[in-house]
Amino acid sequence: MTTLTENESTAARGRGTTPAPSRKGRVSGRTAGRAAILVVATFVTLGPVVWTVLTSMRPPTESLGAGGSIFSGGLDFSSYTDVFQQVNMWLLIWNSALVTGIIAAGQMFTAALAGYVFARIDFKGRGLLFSLVLATMMVPVQVTIVPVFMLIRGMGLSDTLLALILPAIPTAFGTFLMRQFFMGLPGELAEAAAIDGASPFRTFRSVYLPLAWPGLAIVGILAFNFHWNEFFRPLIMTISEENFTMPLGLVSLQGNMGTGSVATVLAGVVLSMIPALVVFLFGQRYLREGLTAGINK
Amino acid sequence: MSTTVKSSPAIALQQVPNAKGRGKEKGGRRLAALFLAPTIIGITIFTLVPIVASLTLAFFRWDIISTPEFVGVDNFVSIGADPTIRRAFLNTIGFVAVAVSLQLTVSIGLAVLIQSKMPSWLRTFFRSAFFFPLVLSAASVSIIMSYLFNQNFGLVNQIIGLVGIPAVPWLTSQAGAMVVIILVYVWQNFGFTFLLIIGGLSSIPVEMYEASSIDGATGWKQFKNITLPLLSPTLLVASVMAIISALQIFDQPYVITRGGPGDSTRTAVMVIYETAFKQLDFGRAFAIGIVLTLLIMLVTAVQFRLSRRFVHYN
Repeated sequence: MTTLTENESTAARGRGTTPAPSRKGRVSGRTAGRAAILVVATFVTLGPVVWTVLTSMRPPTESLGAGGSIFSGGLDFSSYTDVFQQVNMWLLIWNSALVTGIIAAGQMFTAALAGYVFARIDFKGRGLLFSLVLATMMVPVQVTIVPVFMLIRGMGLSDTLLALILPAIPTAFGTFLMRQFFMGLPGELAEAAAIDGASPFRTFRSVYLPLAWPGLAIVGILAFNFHWNEFFRPLIMTISEENFTMPLGLVSLQGNMGTGSVATVLAGVVLSMIPALVVFLFGQRYLREGLTAGINK
Repeated sequence: MSTTVKSSPAIALQQVPNAKGRGKEKGGRRLAALFLAPTIIGITIFTLVPIVASLTLAFFRWDIISTPEFVGVDNFVSIGADPTIRRAFLNTIGFVAVAVSLQLTVSIGLAVLIQSKMPSWLRTFFRSAFFFPLVLSAASVSIIMSYLFNQNFGLVNQIIGLVGIPAVPWLTSQAGAMVVIILVYVWQNFGFTFLLIIGGLSSIPVEMYEASSIDGATGWKQFKNITLPLLSPTLLVASVMAIISALQIFDQPYVITRGGPGDSTRTAVMVIYETAFKQLDFGRAFAIGIVLTLLIMLVTAVQFRLSRRFVHYN
């Protein structure tokens, strides 16, 4: 991942690396072609999202058939009040926020602790234990979910929010990320702290942890984004509607509405996208870095 | 930011100094045990135990209520015998082949295009636009797309209608449904592959292109002789990751088609879900899960074996 991050900066400096062909007429023709492809690609990528936002703001009766101009009839926000009547939207938002918030905080906490030990404290079998943790990353969730469901049921936690939260807190990926992060911090800090007589805990708490925030932000944002959008686990772990998270609530709303108002469902979808949009606008860098972390390990 | 995830071997080799002798070392060990406990215990309970349980119970018939009954390899045999499960695996493999190829092609194309001369704000805009679908939930995207691809009022049919193409029964025909699942999946996920390839492209030295332009090589020739070979390590990583995640596809077909029409969009993970929670045949669900995991491991192994032959590391 070192190369990747460094690449970014090289890229920023030396873009336009693909040299243009020599003859001028062909240059402009080719440039126009390239621009056209990029514009079409952007349209295809953002189009469905723009359509969703616009349709959610159309009068519900009009949105059933998408005929007619999107811009006709002006803006209408009745679908947004509508969706709160159709489903318990506040509860969905609350459940999603609670589950996602606790998982993100829990992952940051446990990953910081474990990552620190794997990076900075030597003990017998450390390498083996770390390899074991990494190996668990390769097993897909879909394979462990059924036994996890049984465990949760055995603990008497089935159909609760805890069933979603507890299994998601230990994080192999977050631990890996935080280990990398702590390894990038200078070891002299620990030496200096030891000379000052700081205990191992104190060295962690007062010297290294305050420097670890950028790494923790990556773990937290990644966890938030992933679990906010998560569909498979909530589908399995929750049964009653009062424990649904947003994606599950929206899919069941879509099912219940049948051929009902598209705008109502899309209003819910737009609401559920808001946190993702916030993450995208303010945390995109962390997200990109986290997603590509570990590629070159 | 580049310092944040940079791994520095020089530092990694250093250990926390036990300057104050034994007591300190003991304190360090106690701290290690305490700090590792949440993660190690958590991973043991929620990943390791489930893996062992899967591997064991795959040889039993169990409906969660009565006592498990040992059936040997019956569950594995039935995977090949059950037409629905067999179809689901074939669907998944076909889906992965097409979706991943498409994802790689689109990503390479756009990554190369975005390297051309343009204002940096514009480049940032394109890059962000292509990345955006990744932050959305697959469930929400699937809801949106099932409206867009609706045969009667969907925008897609309206647009192709403009050029005189009759309405396509996207979601009600077997081939159409699979095409939609592939397009929706690639739409949402190509941004990640794109991101990896951008990183790989920018590590190709500019001099390589300059030297080859002097030799008169342009466009496609440069792409074939310089870009592709030097990009191959990145492409390998990108394709392994794309295949692994595509093999686990569930959300899109579950929301858009529920596996239909017929079994045409049923996938491996969908049959795990249905076998366990609809048919309450947990042993068989475990067996399907194990086969899927083996498939994932096999793909990874084959790809790395292949890589030794044709990937150029510089």
